[in-house]
Amino acid sequence: MGRLQLVFLFLGSLILLFILAPLAGMFLDTPASRVFETAGEEEVRHSIWLTIGTSLTGTLLFAVAAIPLAYLLARKQFPFKKIVTGIIDLPVVIPHSAAGIAILGFVSRDSILGQIGSSVGLDFVGHPAGITVAMAFVSIPFLINAARDGFAGVPVRLEKAALTLGASPLRVFCTISLPLAWRNIVSGLVLMFARGMSEFGAVVMVAYHPIITPVLIYERFGAFGLKYARPVSVLFILISLTLFIILRWVAKEREGDKVTR
Amino acid sequence: MLELREISKRFGSFSLKEVSFTVMPGDYFILLGESGAGKSLVLEAIAGLVEPDSGAILHDGRDITRDKIQDRGTGMVFQDHAIFPHLTVAENLSYSLHGRPSGRKEKQAKVSAIAGELGISELLGRKPGTLSGGELQRVALGRTLIQEPGILLLDEPLSSLDTSLKKELRRLLRSIHGRGKTILHVTHDYEEALSLATRIAVIGEGRIIQWGTPAEVLHHPKSEFIARFAGISNFFPARLLRKDSACHAVIGGGNSLRLLTEEPEGEGYVLIRGEDILLSSAPVETSASNHFTGKVTEIVPARGGMEVTFDAGMELHALITPESAEKLHLLPGTECHIHVKAAAVKFINR
Repeated sequence: MGRLQLVFLFLGSLILLFILAPLAGMFLDTPASRVFETAGEEEVRHSIWLTIGTSLTGTLLFAVAAIPLAYLLARKQFPFKKIVTGIIDLPVVIPHSAAGIAILGFVSRDSILGQIGSSVGLDFVGHPAGITVAMAFVSIPFLINAARDGFAGVPVRLEKAALTLGASPLRVFCTISLPLAWRNIVSGLVLMFARGMSEFGAVVMVAYHPIITPVLIYERFGAFGLKYARPVSVLFILISLTLFIILRWVAKEREGDKVTR
Repeated sequence: MLELREISKRFGSFSLKEVSFTVMPGDYFILLGESGAGKSLVLEAIAGLVEPDSGAILHDGRDITRDKIQDRGTGMVFQDHAIFPHLTVAENLSYSLHGRPSGRKEKQAKVSAIAGELGISELLGRKPGTLSGGELQRVALGRTLIQEPGILLLDEPLSSLDTSLKKELRRLLRSIHGRGKTILHVTHDYEEALSLATRIAVIGEGRIIQWGTPAEVLHHPKSEFIARFAGISNFFPARLLRKDSACHAVIGGGNSLRLLTEEPEGEGYVLIRGEDILLSSAPVETSASNHFTGKVTEIVPARGGMEVTFDAGMELHALITPESAEKLHLLPGTECHIHVKAAAVKFINR
């Protein structure tokens, strides 16, 4: 191994350490008994279910329109396409607390959307629906970009072949494009779900209550200090990791035999 | 019958210019041209994947220029086969049967019938990733044929296959054509064209340069592209015979040529490049196996040299340098000895 590679290896190890050390420190400082105890608390359990539920709902709901948009972006040329692509990446680059303020204005009772919601008895502010919107806002670029890459990787030739075999454009999309881009789409869905679950800044502006786990962690830290915030943090990280490992594994299983193109 | 009337289409910097030709029922029609000549675009316009800017496409007298893809009665096989990688062979084959009123049993029967016809019955449960190039192309053919298209459109169907598979697939295409299917096949390979076509159209730079029977096109090349291999000039329908391990191609008029080939006996074409013909003023002993005497009928400058045409019971064309022409005192009417190596005689099976 050359000297340069050794230097790179050393630098790389530093980065890994940088990621793992704080997490490991927190895990080591938190007795397992405290984590189990915390898991038994009604408030904690409720917040975790709420976090998973709102993020999952947002992911699935917004996917219905995000996936077709990703397909358009992958397949069609249209004016101002670069600008559209830029707009999609906006939620990633703006500060999430600022995004939260923007969403709050958008869904508050004075806004058109808020009034429409009110008329059917749905208040976004301080409601899981508001949390879902805030989570989806900050996480949707992950799904769109992953799905767009997936669709771009489906050979146009296969879609043309399906058309010549008498399939309608909708059938081509459902039976050819979607299954062949599925791997990327699932990975995008998992990313969006994960990003939504971990969101704090935007959610806390729209709905402090009902309380999701990231907000609960912040609240416990503010009220009782570091020691009390740790068990719930550890618990939430463990649950997130378990979920993502399961989701990835399920996605891989579904893929089954490798798709060759 | 498929008729194209002055089809034009701009496609980026490329354009098809008033492409017209007619494919008669039962034709094996080959559209021959170099890559980038616009061949695939013509097929896509017929199949309905691109809409022409102007002109008309008629299928059995019906204007299909702007019809939906599925209403055209055409079936297309793509270059590199375009088999759906996530579906099994059986699912690929039955893809076009979706939404038809026929029952499940009937569909299964159709799939097994077509699979049997193409020799892919054992592959039905397999995923495409595990198939060879030849098998994939068979599946692609089957998937299109199962729709029972009025005309079969083939876009460079053999280009991704190696030589032995090519021959096998050619046989298959010939037998599909033999069963009465009208075929329009696009290729850049003139050997493939001669081997299969009943009619050839030559396309270059988005324009049809020439069309007719293989003999018409090769005998009177109207394009540089054709002339380059037809510069061969010597092109005869022939029958290949094997006698005591020696091969002879019998040409009309009682002439026959000794040649080296591994092709089986049968009908085909003989090709000899003009530059492979050796001339002498007196009989000489050479390693060549074919000797004729002939009378010069014409001598014209061509491709940097002189093209000499002989009447030797058949019309032969030789390409020689101007110096050689002078040395042998070649003039119209001169008698000359003509020598052709067996290895220079190429036979293309039909």
